Amino acid sequence: MDLQYFFELFVGGLTKGSIYALIALGYTMVYGIIKLINFAHGEIYMIGAFTALIIASALSFTGMNPVLIFLISTILAIIFSASYGVTMEKIAYKPLRGSQRLSGLISAIGMSMFLQNYVLLAQTSDFLPFPNLIPEFKFLEPVKSLISPSGFIILVTTAIVMILLTYLIKFTKTGKAMRATSQDPKMSQLLGINISKVITMTFIIGSSTAALGGVLISTHIGQLNFYIGFITGIKAFVAAVLGGIGSIPGAVLGSFVLAWTESFGTGYISSDYEDVFAFLFLIIILIFRPSGILGRPENKKV
Amino acid sequence: MLKIEGIQTFYGNIQALHDVSIEINEGEIITLIGANGAGKSTTLMSISGVEQARHGKIIFEGQDITHMDPDKIVQLGIIQVPEGRRIFPFLTVAENLDMGAFLRNNKEEIKRDIDYVYSLFPLLKERRSQAGGTLSGGEQQMLAISRALMAKPKLLLLDEPSLGLAPIIVQQIMNIIKKINTEQKTTIFLVEQNANLALKLADRGYVMETGKVTLNDTAKNLRENDAVKKAYLGI
Ligand SMILES: Nc1ncnc2c1ncn2[C@@H]1O[C@H](COP(=O)(O)OP(=O)(O)OP(=O)(O)O)[C@@H](O)[C@H]1O
Ligand SMILES: [Mg+2]
Repeated sequence: MDLQYFFELFVGGLTKGSIYALIALGYTMVYGIIKLINFAHGEIYMIGAFTALIIASALSFTGMNPVLIFLISTILAIIFSASYGVTMEKIAYKPLRGSQRLSGLISAIGMSMFLQNYVLLAQTSDFLPFPNLIPEFKFLEPVKSLISPSGFIILVTTAIVMILLTYLIKFTKTGKAMRATSQDPKMSQLLGINISKVITMTFIIGSSTAALGGVLISTHIGQLNFYIGFITGIKAFVAAVLGGIGSIPGAVLGSFVLAWTESFGTGYISSDYEDVFAFLFLIIILIFRPSGILGRPENKKV
Repeated sequence: MLKIEGIQTFYGNIQALHDVSIEINEGEIITLIGANGAGKSTTLMSISGVEQARHGKIIFEGQDITHMDPDKIVQLGIIQVPEGRRIFPFLTVAENLDMGAFLRNNKEEIKRDIDYVYSLFPLLKERRSQAGGTLSGGEQQMLAISRALMAKPKLLLLDEPSLGLAPIIVQQIMNIIKKINTEQKTTIFLVEQNANLALKLADRGYVMETGKVTLNDTAKNLRENDAVKKAYLGI
């Protein structure tokens, strides 16, 4: 067995899984709080990438340091996308709160199509090049064939985000309120938790990490178009379901499991079936664990 | 302290409350008794702002709270322990208590109140890192009351705290309610189907039937009322 090849696939899966995880977090958190599959979530990721591209392009004329450009455009992309996410919730989901679940789902699909077409019209349908803003890292020299500088940035950033998020959810008041709301919104209200604020917070966090994922992957691959949110969005959604929708560790685990399945599947079996592996794996897992790897069965209240 | 004036609350087109009026004075224990589906829980949810009254008024300490948001009402000091206790099953006992103190910021006072509820229910202290969902029914009721106390209630609304519990636990819970009333000067509005128990504890009581208040009197008089005896006390 070729060990070098194995590690390449492993690291490739790790990188891809990180991006899935950054997006899947938003799906799972929003579902946890308002029981809605936010199908427009992938579009937030795409908008994040576009925003960064526009800002980075503008700044590159100033002769600014590329690393600084990268930081500024990433931060602005996150802020911009988060406000998109929050606005989306206020316009498309909040008015439907309390109505049937299907209404919310349809609204989400509509929102997704709207945002795709909006970016298509405002920008272009062509792939646009994304500037390379990540410097070479000396210490990566020995493992150059395994991991690129942008891949390295993806792994480190994702790890930091996961640690911060775990801290937020587990130990802060806001995090506890989010968990409480996902378990029993009515009771949370009775203790003075403002549900609307919790939902807004959830959309801010989910949109921010998705936008971050969008910026990172575009830097990594070097191009983007209006459609990137669709397929990656669906994959991240699959990852969230795989891990157990509503569960945050589940979304992260599901993302890596899915990415490795794709990576090893295409590497060792056939590269023609990349997307098939994802869905095949989903079906197999759901047969044995209907609520996902770490998901809890819906707890019906008496 | 709390004045409910002719409220009507609806679920869609179904009217659950017809002109309900109730008055609670500071320091009292008031009970609301009635059969299944009479509208007791709806009355509490109307006070808490979760099911807002369509007509009528609810005044708390001179302020109209009829159409206030639930979190604002909690902020004013009206806390409800709802029917079925509604413990957050996947939060630990300690985290459930933290949620009770959600609107408070003074860490020292919060710590003191946690010690106070642990002194009321030492069992909860032992179980503090256990998930709420793993507690027994009685323990969950203790936690639900403790969680509400963490919000520093002026007026505590209790919805059938005795439901489904063994008599000995019920007695213990009733003693604690009395203790909270005397020690903490918390006003109590106790909804119960167990009229026997409630009328022993309360100063005054209201009787509710199909969304209307049909009787209101001192607890003593209600205990001796023939209609109440027949319908609710099983005598
Ligand atoms: N969410 C709801 N949607 C529609 N109708 C409801 C809802 N909740 C309660 N009702 C109806 O309102 C009426 C009053 O219900 P409520 O729960 O207030 O009664 P209750 O006195 O608390 O009864 P119990 O002792 O069984 O708890 C009942 O007829 C009930 O069917
Ligand atoms: Mg009830």
